[in-house]
Amino acid sequence: MSTRIQTGGRLIDRTKSVTFKFNGRKLQGYAGDTLASALLANDQMLVGRSFKYHRPRGVVASGAEEPNALVNMGEGAFFEPNQRATTTEVFDGLTATSQNHWPTLEFDVGAINTYLSRFLPAGFYYKMFMYPRAFWKHVYEPFIRQSAGLGKAPKQKDGSDYEHFYAFYDVVVIGGGIAGLQAAKTAAAAGAKVLVMEQTADWGGRAVVDGAEIDGASADAFVAATVAELQAMDNVTLKTRMMGAGVYDHGYLLGYERVSDHDPSLAGPRHRLWRIRTAQIISATGAIERPLSFAGNDIPGVLLASAVRDYLVNWGVSIGERTIVVTNNDDAYRTAIALKQAGLSVPMILDARKSGGGALAQQARDMGIRVENGKAIAKVHGGKRVTAVSICDQAGEGVVLDTIGCDAVAMSGGWSPVVHLYSHCGGKLNWDAEQVMFRPDLTRMPTNQNGQGFVMPAGTANGEMSTAATLADATARALDVVAALGKSAPTLTAPTAASEDAAAIEPVWMMPQGANIKLRMKSWLDYQNDVKVSDVQLAAREGYESVEHTKRYTTLGMATDQGKLSNINGLATLSGALNADIPQVGTTTFRPPYTPISLASIAGSARDEVFQPIRKTPMQDWHMANGADFEPVGHWRRPYCFPRAGETKAQAVEREILQTRKSLGLLDASTLGKIIVKGPDAGKFMDMLYTNMMSTLKVGKCRYGLMCSENGFLSDDGVVARIDENTFLCHTTTGGADRIHAHMEEWLQTEWWDWKVYTANVTEQFAQVAVVGPNARKVLEKLGGMDVSKEALGFMEWADGTLGGFDARVYRISFSGELSYEIAVPASQGRVFWDALLAAGAEFNVMPYGTEALHVMRAEKGFIMIGDETDGTIIPQDLGLNWAISKKKEDYIGKRAQERTFMVDSKRWKLVGLETTDGSVIPDGAYAVGEGVNANGQRNMIGRVTSTYYSPTLGRGIAMGLVLDGPDRMGETIEFPKVDGGSITAKIVDQVFYDKEGTKQDV
Amino acid sequence: MLILECPYCGVHAEETELHAGGEAHLKRFGPGSSDDDFENYLFMRENPKGVHFERWRHVNGCGKWFHAARCTMTLEVFGTYSAQTTEPPKDICDKISAKRPGWSWRNFS
Ligand SMILES: [Zn+2]
Repeated sequence: MSTRIQTGGRLIDRTKSVTFKFNGRKLQGYAGDTLASALLANDQMLVGRSFKYHRPRGVVASGAEEPNALVNMGEGAFFEPNQRATTTEVFDGLTATSQNHWPTLEFDVGAINTYLSRFLPAGFYYKMFMYPRAFWKHVYEPFIRQSAGLGKAPKQKDGSDYEHFYAFYDVVVIGGGIAGLQAAKTAAAAGAKVLVMEQTADWGGRAVVDGAEIDGASADAFVAATVAELQAMDNVTLKTRMMGAGVYDHGYLLGYERVSDHDPSLAGPRHRLWRIRTAQIISATGAIERPLSFAGNDIPGVLLASAVRDYLVNWGVSIGERTIVVTNNDDAYRTAIALKQAGLSVPMILDARKSGGGALAQQARDMGIRVENGKAIAKVHGGKRVTAVSICDQAGEGVVLDTIGCDAVAMSGGWSPVVHLYSHCGGKLNWDAEQVMFRPDLTRMPTNQNGQGFVMPAGTANGEMSTAATLADATARALDVVAALGKSAPTLTAPTAASEDAAAIEPVWMMPQGANIKLRMKSWLDYQNDVKVSDVQLAAREGYESVEHTKRYTTLGMATDQGKLSNINGLATLSGALNADIPQVGTTTFRPPYTPISLASIAGSARDEVFQPIRKTPMQDWHMANGADFEPVGHWRRPYCFPRAGETKAQAVEREILQTRKSLGLLDASTLGKIIVKGPDAGKFMDMLYTNMMSTLKVGKCRYGLMCSENGFLSDDGVVARIDENTFLCHTTTGGADRIHAHMEEWLQTEWWDWKVYTANVTEQFAQVAVVGPNARKVLEKLGGMDVSKEALGFMEWADGTLGGFDARVYRISFSGELSYEIAVPASQGRVFWDALLAAGAEFNVMPYGTEALHVMRAEKGFIMIGDETDGTIIPQDLGLNWAISKKKEDYIGKRAQERTFMVDSKRWKLVGLETTDGSVIPDGAYAVGEGVNANGQRNMIGRVTSTYYSPTLGRGIAMGLVLDGPDRMGETIEFPKVDGGSITAKIVDQVFYDKEGTKQDV
Repeated sequence: MLILECPYCGVHAEETELHAGGEAHLKRFGPGSSDDDFENYLFMRENPKGVHFERWRHVNGCGKWFHAARCTMTLEVFGTYSAQTTEPPKDICDKISAKRPGWSWRNFS
């Protein structure tokens, strides 16, 4: 069993116990424990079930690389799945549950999959779920939904706070081990502004666990002294519980600080995302131990050798009473020695190397530990816990020589430098065959804006495996960084450590070397995604040669641990199967973040009302007070309609339309874009912007205009008013103001920069109200101050003046077909003006109307709407708008494109009106079908609806649509099938349904 | 997250302040141009592994369009300059030549 031993545990405080819950059971731990160490201290070895086969899984590692010990943390608004027990610090009241099992962790029905494993090979999902298609609904989908996904999605909104923090440094050191601290000290001594971040709560990394000696003292003493020195320097910031999450272009670095995960009672945000710009990064991120691939290497109780040592030294936890150590390198002997020194039993060390280990091996032998060279694990016995190990020759096929009882296995397949942060921005690696690892190639470092390398690996992360070499490398690489910053090297004495007499590692990618298929099918590479040696070999046989393809086919390294334990073993297995060298096969791409970070930290404080600013017109308060039903239009919220008590939205829209057409309606049109184009060349520029001739527009007049992209497609429309000889005011659509203003600036700044024109977006400077209906003039006359008669202010004219005491610009334009004035007043007077119109209009039973009434009334008049009749593929000619395209102009933006063969094709669908034969409303987005079928056996399409409404004015369904040969087929009927079967027939008619002669708006 | 110096306001702008505008130094072809010329102008773009010239707008800043010369492989920035020119200025070209001898891009080298 795993348990807390009597003494030891450098990180725990045995005087402070904490109580936490796992799967509803109350357990005790100590301050300083991780959830993993506390669970192991309570003999909770089984922590979860695997993803595909639901095999029992235990803790395998002690840090960020842990693939198995993922738990659901917290409850309610503080629930979060997939939290690694190895990086979760325990606190009083912590609540966690295990994942991926049903009904219980101990007894799981899905574990049956493990017996079906030969039917669930690599690429299973691709092979299995293709056919027959009818199986999708009743067989495949329910199966996938049952088994897919790690953990459970939270049900409540996240109850914690998160924030972003911006910071700037000369040097950021990632990793607080001896290399990081020594590098930081060197850079800081040169006067650089330095940040040092360590992902755990404690400084020192591996050296302090392994009991290294530095300058004749313990590594602990070195770390304490160096941290104290750094803390005393003004130019150094030290941060624990902060991970280097990702390195991006030009020295951008994300630091993920877990502020209060370890103590939720602390004030402030839970996570803080540091958005850092730094000139140089030192990646002192150490290395991760690799598992060995032998049968049963996933049974709870099989751990990385370094993890066994960590639990013992850091937390005083023994994984088992009898631990068998299996290795291909010297480092794992440290685990055996530490266990023995703690009074625990190590029945045997299996060293796969024929020639065995160096000085550490001798030390182990001297302590009386049996060491077997050239031997390997044939198979681990046990279900939910290791019970024994069968041993064999590494060189053979797995003939069992002996079976030895034990309750833990410590394995080491060598070490892989953590090159993730070095690689995020393109740093390249070399394969070091001697040390059996990928390590950074400093001649191919990621470069910054000046072409200078900016991510410097140091120490073990740079492939230096001994204490002495790590310290020397950290100093040297930090001096490189100091030089890159243009600073002079500081004078300091580099710390020293004794050299070690270690025997070379030997590559062991399969154990034993000639393992048969039965063993290979039980040798796990990726614990989290359940990928085995046999799966990768199968992928290779099926033709997957690229490591990136194999990864996706087998899902190797694609789980939340991103293959920290499995990637190198997997690609070595692949290279073995392909008979290619490891460097030829290469690595998959390292992508940020290093370990998963909370989505909420990425959002930071941009949630709820501060997620995005909402633009409000000066009349917004009135709309809200009067029950408006809002819809988003760009960043605005516009009233869709103003329902009264007991009214549906449809009823409100109908009332608003009928009242406007009968008497008087008001529309808050403030959101319409208003852009000033001014200057001696303004007319020339306007002629390029619009398809119409705008330069001939007389001062005091208005003209409807169309704007296209250089592609020829219709992009915006609106009414242009000529203010004076050099000044135009362009109205744009509500959503189009910023885009069109940017479009104008782009052309002015990058193509016609010598034209004397400037533009200003004055949308928010004015409140604008459309006063619409037969009584529109009367209400303005009541306000008084301006002559708004037909003679003084004709249709499509504008005038400045004073209206009821307000400074007003009055445009006689109509988007409804009624007598209509659009009146702009300074934004500051918008609300008062609105109130004045309501008061003056009371006798006409004035009714504010919303966007839906606006849409319906324009459709009744056959006016197009950008975004309904257009979708980025429509040219004005498609919409019968040729009258608004100047034939006299040599050029306008989009003109040449509209001459392309595809654009002049007579078979382009054209806009027509549609009148349903039974008066019903054609569904939104409906397509019209013609004769015959296409190559896929689908009915041929001959058109589609672009706008479709119930018209209260006409008491029937009306629509506009784009139809093949539409304008030539007036009076014919076409068929629109409905989603639920059946179809609607509609007659092709003129698109103007209301007041075709336009007499009502021109009175 | 690139950093580019806006040549108008001098700000070392981060990518979030900028709007990418595609390839620089395109020559506009309008009415009267051949189909090939127009197609090339509208659609055909360089996609180099190395020296490249781009348009950027300091959109959340001074609002000005400018040009940037940079290496798409190493992300090195050779310089930024006014958008109101039909070719890269000589000092930028010299800078590129010093770092990437023998470079060429469209008609420039
Ligand atoms: Zn600027």
